[in-house]
Amino acid sequence: MRFVDWGYEIKEGLLMSFQAIRANKMRSVLTTLGIVIGIVSVTLMGTAIEGLSRAFNETISKIGADVLYVQKFPWFDGGDNWWKYRNRKNIDLRQYRMVRDQATLASAVTPSAFAMAPIKYRSTSSDGIFVIGANEQYPQTVSMNIALGRFFTQAESNGDRPVVVLGYTVAEKLFPNETPLGKNVKVGQHTYRVVGVVAKQGSFLGMDMDNRAIIPITNFLQKFSNQRRGLSLNVKVVDINELENAKEELRGILRKARGVKPGAEDDFAINQQEMFIQTFNAIGGVVAGIGLFITALSLFVGAIGIMNIMFVSVTERTKEIGIRKAIGAKRSTILFQFLVESAVLSLIGGIIGIIIAYPLSLLVDQILPTSMPISVVAIAILISLLVGVVSGFLPANRASKMDPVEALRYE
Amino acid sequence: MQPVINIKNIKKTYIMGTVEVHALVDVSLQIYKNEYVAIMGPSGSGKSTLMNIIGCLDTPTSGLYEFNGVNVSDMNDNQLAKIRNKEIGFVFQTFNLLARSDALHNVELPLIYAGMKKSERHELAKEALRHVKLEDRMHHKPNELSGGQRQRVAIARALVTNPSIILADEPTGNLDSKTGVEIMALFDELHAQGNTIILVTHEEDIARHAHRIIRIRDGMVEHDEVVKDRIRPLVHAE
Repeated sequence: MRFVDWGYEIKEGLLMSFQAIRANKMRSVLTTLGIVIGIVSVTLMGTAIEGLSRAFNETISKIGADVLYVQKFPWFDGGDNWWKYRNRKNIDLRQYRMVRDQATLASAVTPSAFAMAPIKYRSTSSDGIFVIGANEQYPQTVSMNIALGRFFTQAESNGDRPVVVLGYTVAEKLFPNETPLGKNVKVGQHTYRVVGVVAKQGSFLGMDMDNRAIIPITNFLQKFSNQRRGLSLNVKVVDINELENAKEELRGILRKARGVKPGAEDDFAINQQEMFIQTFNAIGGVVAGIGLFITALSLFVGAIGIMNIMFVSVTERTKEIGIRKAIGAKRSTILFQFLVESAVLSLIGGIIGIIIAYPLSLLVDQILPTSMPISVVAIAILISLLVGVVSGFLPANRASKMDPVEALRYE
Repeated sequence: MQPVINIKNIKKTYIMGTVEVHALVDVSLQIYKNEYVAIMGPSGSGKSTLMNIIGCLDTPTSGLYEFNGVNVSDMNDNQLAKIRNKEIGFVFQTFNLLARSDALHNVELPLIYAGMKKSERHELAKEALRHVKLEDRMHHKPNELSGGQRQRVAIARALVTNPSIILADEPTGNLDSKTGVEIMALFDELHAQGNTIILVTHEEDIARHAHRIIRIRDGMVEHDEVVKDRIRPLVHAE
């Protein structure tokens, strides 16, 4: 029976609110504007955050979650310890071989080192190429595909052969009209034969992943000086669920290889993708929180506008409240009717806000690939409804508690 | 026979700042079904306070008020709202219609609050408007109606729930005398059809339409008399 009653009260409340809104068009438009602005800014911020998070996830997936990076420097640490890390003993090929031979939980291990050098083919030259020295297992540790030819083999790697695999951008620039396979290029001062081209990878953290070339590590160490940085070891684990065990195993091998005394702290770092994710989540969470908080303030201002106008509306309609009470409206009925009115006002603002925000989100999409998620739309509608109910509550409560005798006397 | 309204030793005291105002000192009265009673008194006599209590818009400070045998003296707001909705039909001096709603919706409103189905309440509201001869004006808003028509809409609204009493507060106060006469004729007709009518007024001519006049002065009943020289209704019920 109560259910049936509410049905009529909702209808009566809606009818009343539409009448009131129509009777005070200008006022309603201005009040709603506050919510419109609030919803537009909140949804756009939500959309932008969604875009950032999506861009990050696409980027981060380029470093495998199942790869450990053994290096002198930990990825995330305050600058205070820089000298300590710098003065650590370099990771060298001997340590690499120990890891390769002893690690049971690793499916691929490659040393890697890099240098910047120009690459030249006949008269065309490309400067500032990221030249990487690695072994034949490198492709497995850095999710990469070969577009053309092949990666260099174990024999080539072990035999210090002067072969090179070019990044997509490099190949495109040096060989616009012919196949690079089998051609000799100059990497720095030395001649290498091109055996393959890596498929386009895009950019990672703003760095062009295709502006690079990969040569065998032993060859690299002979031709390019790398004394300061030392090697980095990329270790792909067999099973991602065993990541922690693999990390422990790796740690044991390296401590032994590097002669770390029992009880002394590690003089190397084992880095992993998760550290990126954690750092991003921490930074991204704070940025998103602050952004949403600031935009939510505009929604809050809108809510105050609604509350204010509802107080005015209640006072203006004191007589009407008295009439309704005299002919049998209960407190809850009056409360509900005014709540419906402020909710309708706010909801209209929310819907207009979304209609405005949608084309704007397409604009955002031009800069930061994103789309307004349906969840943001749903949440925005819900929030505007909630804002209406919450900001309408005090005025509606005042209306519901009016003394009918006093209210009827009001002119 | 059980009275519709049974009031015993009712007091109403207001606190105005530090001063106690005794609006009703000690009032007792009974009104039976199908009576036509006028409550009279000068302003400040307490007649409005008495009307508000009879209409369940207010509760007495002390004393007993039984409505159809049910004690309403200490009911809460919601219980009183239900009594007002179902048992009392109000007719006010200033009509008190909802300005933005048409006549039909105004008349329907008590039925909406009673939770009645749309088709049913439409029927009843139209019937009530027919009763006051305004069915052709049911989609007009109050500002499109004359004063007399507005008061007839208000009377239709009072009638539509088939209440136990119709409580009219100076119903002709805002009308010219010709229209006032028409409205009083309508009350006479409603009385003849079996309704119980309580008329609050300060005009002797209006009060003399009733069968009984209760005169209030200084918060007490001064006289409670049967009207001998009634003003005859102009229109008789068919």
